Amino acid sequence: MLDLAYTDPAPKRISGATGDWELVIGLEVHAQVASKAKLFSGASTRFGAEPNSNVAFVDAAMPGMLPVINEFCIEQAVRTGLGLKAAINLRSAFDRKNYFYPDLPQGYQISQLYHPLVGEGEVLVDMEPGVARRVRIERIHVEQDAGKSIHDMDPNMSFVDLNRTGVALMEIVSRPDIRGPEEAAAYVVKLRQIMRYLGTCDGNMQNGNLRADVNVSVCRPGDYERYQATGDHSVLGTRCEIKNMNSMRFIQQAIEYEARRQIAILEDDGSVDQETRLFDPDRGETRTMRSKEEAHDYRYFPCPDLLPLEIEQDWVDAIRDNLPELPDAKKARFVLEFGLSEYDASVLTADVESAAFFEQVAEGRDGKMAANWVINELFGRLKKDDLDITASPVSPAQIGGIVDLIGKGDISGKIAKGLFEIVYTEGGEPAQIVEARGMRQVTDTGAIEAAVDAVIAANPAQVEKAQANPKLAGWFVGQVMKATGGKANPKAVNEIVSARLGL
Amino acid sequence: MSIDTETARRVAKLARIEVAEADLPQLAGELSNILTFMEQLNEVDVEGVEPMTSVTPMRLKRRRDEVTDGGYPDKVLSNAPDAREGFYAVPKVVE
Repeated sequence: MLDLAYTDPAPKRISGATGDWELVIGLEVHAQVASKAKLFSGASTRFGAEPNSNVAFVDAAMPGMLPVINEFCIEQAVRTGLGLKAAINLRSAFDRKNYFYPDLPQGYQISQLYHPLVGEGEVLVDMEPGVARRVRIERIHVEQDAGKSIHDMDPNMSFVDLNRTGVALMEIVSRPDIRGPEEAAAYVVKLRQIMRYLGTCDGNMQNGNLRADVNVSVCRPGDYERYQATGDHSVLGTRCEIKNMNSMRFIQQAIEYEARRQIAILEDDGSVDQETRLFDPDRGETRTMRSKEEAHDYRYFPCPDLLPLEIEQDWVDAIRDNLPELPDAKKARFVLEFGLSEYDASVLTADVESAAFFEQVAEGRDGKMAANWVINELFGRLKKDDLDITASPVSPAQIGGIVDLIGKGDISGKIAKGLFEIVYTEGGEPAQIVEARGMRQVTDTGAIEAAVDAVIAANPAQVEKAQANPKLAGWFVGQVMKATGGKANPKAVNEIVSARLGL
Repeated sequence: MSIDTETARRVAKLARIEVAEADLPQLAGELSNILTFMEQLNEVDVEGVEPMTSVTPMRLKRRRDEVTDGGYPDKVLSNAPDAREGFYAVPKVVE
């Protein structure tokens, strides 16, 4: 596989009253498996259904109901693990995590504490061209989601919808390798990108299909390096966990706030309590989560309803053999094969659809030019209309057609932009539009010469000025372009103007 | 290992079982007895013996990813002490 070289980003530093501080961050990302049915029941996972309609008796924890595992969900977790270069455990097992909450009818969540399905892996978190953080993944386990409580429908009651109860989640646990708020958000973006490439999670944060618990602690410069050298967590600060973040912006705000809060406590000779906190986006601060104040004792034990999950190496290998090209590899290939800058390659590989679109445009054409057109013209235009690449009114063949016309010298870059707008709004085949509307560039030297001569004859004063100061020749080029409706080949006009003015 | 009344009280609370204060000492004693028995079992050397998860050698049963269940909110809610507009209604739990 192709690979690009990276250097580590500098950790974020916050200067306090007593010196500099650094951040140490670890994330637990909960990604909803893109399955049709739930992890242990045949109820639908469809978002936005009528309350409690996607609920089987298993999900409602009716007595005597037994869980039966959805094999597809296991496959997706394995795919995700392989996409994160992780070890797959052929034998894993399910445990019960016991707690009471109205949206958890079983009174326990089926999870995998002791024997997770996926072991150690890693993900490369791109920060800027040439700079990326390698974040180690500790594990991925499969577990059930809880239901949803709604608190604002009645002054005295909470309303509970179990539609999400029992939906399969992959909990992706990172090592504390993330060193700043931007890195944390970039890490989630990268995980989402990889899972979208794999098709294992749609990554829709608004619907809650991707959420993160963020562990934050602060330490002095040098402490983290000591942790790296020894693996001893005690040299790092006490951490707080901020629960259930569902936006990149909030993740960054919450980390920033939380780090400053901890620094203020430590600089005041206090100590940070290890606790669970919630981020309040309206106030931009984190606060203690009251329900979790009483130290949680989940009393995990192996789930007696489920045998250990045993999978076969052949099955894992078959999944591995069918993995798509992943973002890092695709980006590296775009840089090496098409000669793109790393930045352009990153933009084009942000999602599979954009990458595929670009490859169709670039096929048999100049890669850089194709990238330019896709990124600057198409993406820019789509953004203006708030459209996704999949809803693009322009096809790869149409953009390719425009690129070809420029390449053949039929149209100038400027005309091409106008042509693009026509194709975008009206549709049609670029070459036909150019013919039908007389947009073809004038490369006929005779015609251009005539236009140049006419402009020179009409502006004797300008001719004198330009001859004294050759920089002013551009004015003539502009006039000729105007006179020819922009269709003259700019390079030819330049040359002829220079020659006629004797420059 | 012995369980004191404080631990018994905590376990009862975690399990959401209401235990009268007067009953806690006896409960603690019973829990201690159970743990003592477990400790006795722990004396057996099981080095290298796989924990038994099933009496018959079986593979975990799997289901396909198909929607085969659900779609009966009325039945789901029929035992709820209080349900409104398709939701379970419970005393306010707010964070």
